[in-house]
Amino acid sequence: MSNMLAIARKELRSYFTSPIGVVMIGFFALIYGFFYAVMLQAFERQAMQFGQSQAPVDLNGDMIRPLFSNVLVVLLFTLPLITMRTYAEEKRSGTMELLLTSPLTDLQIVFGKFLGAMGLIAAMLAITLPHIGILFWYADPEWKPIVTTYLGFFLMAGCFVSIGLFISSVTRNQIIAGMATFAVFLLLWVIDWMGSFMGSTGMAVFNYLSITQHFEDFARGVLDTKHVVYYASVIVFGVFLTMRSVETERWRG
Amino acid sequence: MIEVQHLTKQYGDVTAVNNISFTVERGEILGFLGPNGAGKTTTMRVLTGYMPPTEGKAIVAGYDVIEKPLEAKKRTGYLPETPPLYPDMTVREYLTFCSRIKGVASADRKSRIGVVMERTRVSDMADRQCGKLSKGYRQRVGLAQALLHNPDVLILDEPTAGLDPKQILETRKLIRELAGDHTVVLSTHILPEVSQTCQRVVIINKGRVVAVDSVENLTARAGTSSAVYVQIDALGADPRPVLQAVSGVTAVVASNTADRPGGFDVQSNTGDDVRRELAAAIVTRGWGLLELRPTRRSLEDVFLHLTTEETPEDVAEPATETAHE
Repeated sequence: MSNMLAIARKELRSYFTSPIGVVMIGFFALIYGFFYAVMLQAFERQAMQFGQSQAPVDLNGDMIRPLFSNVLVVLLFTLPLITMRTYAEEKRSGTMELLLTSPLTDLQIVFGKFLGAMGLIAAMLAITLPHIGILFWYADPEWKPIVTTYLGFFLMAGCFVSIGLFISSVTRNQIIAGMATFAVFLLLWVIDWMGSFMGSTGMAVFNYLSITQHFEDFARGVLDTKHVVYYASVIVFGVFLTMRSVETERWRG
Repeated sequence: MIEVQHLTKQYGDVTAVNNISFTVERGEILGFLGPNGAGKTTTMRVLTGYMPPTEGKAIVAGYDVIEKPLEAKKRTGYLPETPPLYPDMTVREYLTFCSRIKGVASADRKSRIGVVMERTRVSDMADRQCGKLSKGYRQRVGLAQALLHNPDVLILDEPTAGLDPKQILETRKLIRELAGDHTVVLSTHILPEVSQTCQRVVIINKGRVVAVDSVENLTARAGTSSAVYVQIDALGADPRPVLQAVSGVTAVVASNTADRPGGFDVQSNTGDDVRRELAAAIVTRGWGLLELRPTRRSLEDVFLHLTTEETPEDVAEPATETAHE
């Protein structure tokens, strides 16, 4: 456990001592701020129109959910940048040799790196909290969908990170790792489009594989174990693949 | 302390290490000698548990590196060929991280880091980023990392590579000091390093062990016959029959170079000192005796002899060169 935390700490530290962490969080904040402002304006106008027609307005449905789905898209673009260096960099600089000859298990190394990346994501998502707090100050949104959305963010980011770790572990070139990771993420994102051309079975399969389909319920405030199981199994699978890949590397030398 | 049994490592079709076996006793310094690409690094990587062998086994500090990797790794310090440093960490941060993953108790961390920095003489760079260090300092920080958890076994892959002559002497001294408490295996392709630091040598070539012995025995093995180099101004005559006639001489080989004509390597049985008789034979002929000195075959000759293919010219050529130096 302490070994794992040592790795996680080192990873997290490396994000913040190099400009990577600051640049990522900075630009994430910029983009998020832009979305927040636009969505708020749009919601305000909508609310005024609805106000005239006496129809109820839904802060969660009309403002927070679209905002969060944009956050998700931003995460899709930034996560490959976070995970691409994890293994590729260690292999290139030779520090992999230090990790693999220290009394650590492969699982401790993979999970340490996983936690480190999740730590940076947590820091990024923390940026979004004050803005949501402001909404609570001036209005009365439902808190449950917000909590489940954040949970969904973490689970989904976990899937991407574990897949990203695996891809990073098969190459020593960061650019290749980054591009391949982005491609895989995007395919997982839109894989359900393929389902619409299939029969009902095919559609069910592709819908199940789609990483976004499982996010829908979290965004609506529904906590379904089915989706948690899906995300958890993708995370475990990614970690498993990473461990195998490191082991193969050892055999091949 | 270290036991290697029938170790074989293949990368695809390439056999990097082929059925090698050797042992290292507690407190010993073993030199791992071989030309580049001989399989030194591969063997060390197996010993440190970085990669599993294709066949055979390795026992380090009482633990099989494949079956009990964590126990073996806890007792092994390893300096790879390129020091495994994180460029954006300072030396102190780096050593702190290493002490965490090597399981140094948190109470001892500060003092251990102080001790190893002192021993490897990197204290003055403690707050410098590893990426900004010179090659010599990097090498020493790498060594500091290997010593952190006070391991029983130290495995050093070319520990003096890239150091300046003064640092090389310091590092060799440090390694000699470490022996006793630690068992040291170091690889090198520099011969003087072996005779100066190691008690025993494993010579490896093309993945096979060609010799395991103490430095003295290996040098002695080379000197099965003693040789004398003479340079004669024979006034146009061929001095060879005369030299051959001296009692005790077994062979006379011309050893000329352009600027030193008239040179001969005169071999005799070990223990027979033929210098007086040779000199007498030459002088009584009225020839000029320009030079007369014993040539000893060094460890270098043994090494070349063992690691080059057995064409006599190939062996003789560099051997005579070194004899003239």
